[in-house]
Amino acid sequence: MSTFIELVINGVSAGAVYALIALGFVIIFKATEVVNFAHASLLLAGGFVTAVLHDDIGFLAALAAGIAAAAVLGVLVQVLVLRHARVEDQAVLAIVTIGIDIVLATELTRRIGTRVLSLGDPWQDKIVYVGGVGIAQTRIAALVVAAAIITAFLLAFRFTSWGVAMRAAAEDGETASLMGIRLSRVSLAAWAIAGGLAAVAALFLTVFPTPGLDRGTSFAAMKAFPAAILGGLDSTTGALVGGLLIGLTESLVTGYQGDLTFLGRGIGGVAPFLVMLIVLLVRPAGLFGTREMSRV
Amino acid sequence: MSERRTSPRLIGPGRWWLVPVGFAVMLLPPFYLDAFWLQTGLFAMSAAIGAIGLNLLTGSTGQLSMGHAFFLAVGAYGYVYLASSPEDGMTGLGLPTPLAFLGAIVLAGVAGGAFSPIAGRLRGVYLGIASLALIFIGQHVLFNAESVTGGFNGRNVPPLEIFGFSFDDSPGVVVLNVPFGALERLWFLAVALLVPAAWIARGILRGRPGRAMNTIRDHEVAAAVMGVPVARYRAGVFVLSSMYAGAAGALLALAFRRTVPDYFGMFLALDYLAMIVIGGLGSVAGAVAGAVFVSVLPQLLTRFGDDLPMVAAPGSGGVSPAEAARILYGAAVVAVVLFLPRGLAGVWPMLRSAASRRRASRHLTPLEKEEQPA
Repeated sequence: MSTFIELVINGVSAGAVYALIALGFVIIFKATEVVNFAHASLLLAGGFVTAVLHDDIGFLAALAAGIAAAAVLGVLVQVLVLRHARVEDQAVLAIVTIGIDIVLATELTRRIGTRVLSLGDPWQDKIVYVGGVGIAQTRIAALVVAAAIITAFLLAFRFTSWGVAMRAAAEDGETASLMGIRLSRVSLAAWAIAGGLAAVAALFLTVFPTPGLDRGTSFAAMKAFPAAILGGLDSTTGALVGGLLIGLTESLVTGYQGDLTFLGRGIGGVAPFLVMLIVLLVRPAGLFGTREMSRV
Repeated sequence: MSERRTSPRLIGPGRWWLVPVGFAVMLLPPFYLDAFWLQTGLFAMSAAIGAIGLNLLTGSTGQLSMGHAFFLAVGAYGYVYLASSPEDGMTGLGLPTPLAFLGAIVLAGVAGGAFSPIAGRLRGVYLGIASLALIFIGQHVLFNAESVTGGFNGRNVPPLEIFGFSFDDSPGVVVLNVPFGALERLWFLAVALLVPAAWIARGILRGRPGRAMNTIRDHEVAAAVMGVPVARYRAGVFVLSSMYAGAAGALLALAFRRTVPDYFGMFLALDYLAMIVIGGLGSVAGAVAGAVFVSVLPQLLTRFGDDLPMVAAPGSGGVSPAEAARILYGAAVVAVVLFLPRGLAGVWPMLRSAASRRRASRHLTPLEKEEQPA
């Protein structure tokens, strides 16, 4: 039983981190209709900057620098490339971000090389025991921080004028622009926020029990794609639910791997994608996504 | 939809000379090139077959697929499984190799058909990410189904043998004083596969099905209203594109002589998307051009890396040729979408129309017209 509780807590914590990534993905999609396959690279960039700087300027400053770097990178992608792409087709825009991802990921993995970088977090591998259940401090920190950020974001999204502008732009870009909302600014904000969220997620993807930031980290970040998709690409609620679902699935399947040997080794990494396929079979637009209606 | 938009004419009137030139380009290399370039050419040709398939699906019908590498893997491992005889813990059917090759293509088609319940329901990017799942699931299966795939270490590929002629290094075949080893023989096999593959795809794109596919891409509802059976077309194109991938995979396996699961990962799937975008979405010639660009670039950089600035030997800490190639073609994808929306395949028609425009405008000024050579 205690194993189960442990797995659930770890799963929820991992899920909160996936939700952070998926949220950024969804924000970009809502604001600019671009599906950003370069998201994993933004994450890797943020993590890398944090990892390189933390020895010199301390953990918190390095984290802030990482967040800033990922945000700036996101903004650059929008300003330098996507703004100039006069393409209507979503698939082609998606492929453009794949091109960007290839460039960024290659350069970053080259710089990382075979090293495993620590991000210098203050929790390290300390473990807290609550009623006989051992939980790593990093997992608690991930859960608390992710929950706080997501809450803050959702509140801002609902109550600030910036949030209203954002939602209006997502709802109907043309009308919003006629109402005096600057769409270019909205999309820049979306990319910056998404980059920042990804950098925070990078921290929690690479702390204990994961050894650190290495070239495989972007693959871990890929699991946020099924999270965003199964929740519904245009739904922030969906991103949260999707993230938790993916985190829980992965944690439970990995934890009970011993009983699932007939599925082969390493099924934990594949389970999120299987769950996604099953959800999409039943609900092709994800759990909370808007179904495309076509009337003739 | 104009003829030119769907498929720029490959051989028009007055361009008959392209035919002998094309044959020379495709048939002469084995007599002159060394093993390194032959190998590169083989990869390029198998990639071209796969890219044509992906372009039918993504470029012409608008179905984003990030899972193309999975179907290549089905083709490659399908061939190995069907052709090998069972030995040391490995299973296999030991079929005659040409039959195994066809079987591999059919298997890939079946895999594509099996995915169609999902592919048929999803649109656009949802389909892209769902097909990304195929890559991860495929890798999992390849690593775990050891008796079929050989697991991490992969499996040897039995050479193809057609009517007693074996596509391997067996001695005794000398044509025009050039000893024909496996690579030379496989080169002709690849040409013999690529030409009909391109021909069939071009026929499909230019005919009624091609129009239907483009309409589905541009507006699905409009297509349905005009009487295109959208679901059937989408499923059909998915199967067809998987079969192209299967053929490409089986050919790759023959060229590699050993299949390893690592190769068929996400990078390969992204490479294929890069090929069709760089070459030109929705055009057969574009798919071939993109495939050649993406497969030859890393080899060029490897070969001539010493003479290039910025490219260092692998492991020395600088940018290795493979990395430089990836960065270059990633940037090429972005640049093509920004500046050449129709890809490399669009360059030639663009130059032609620019030239004819210039000529046309010159007709207006009689003075210049006199200067024109007759």
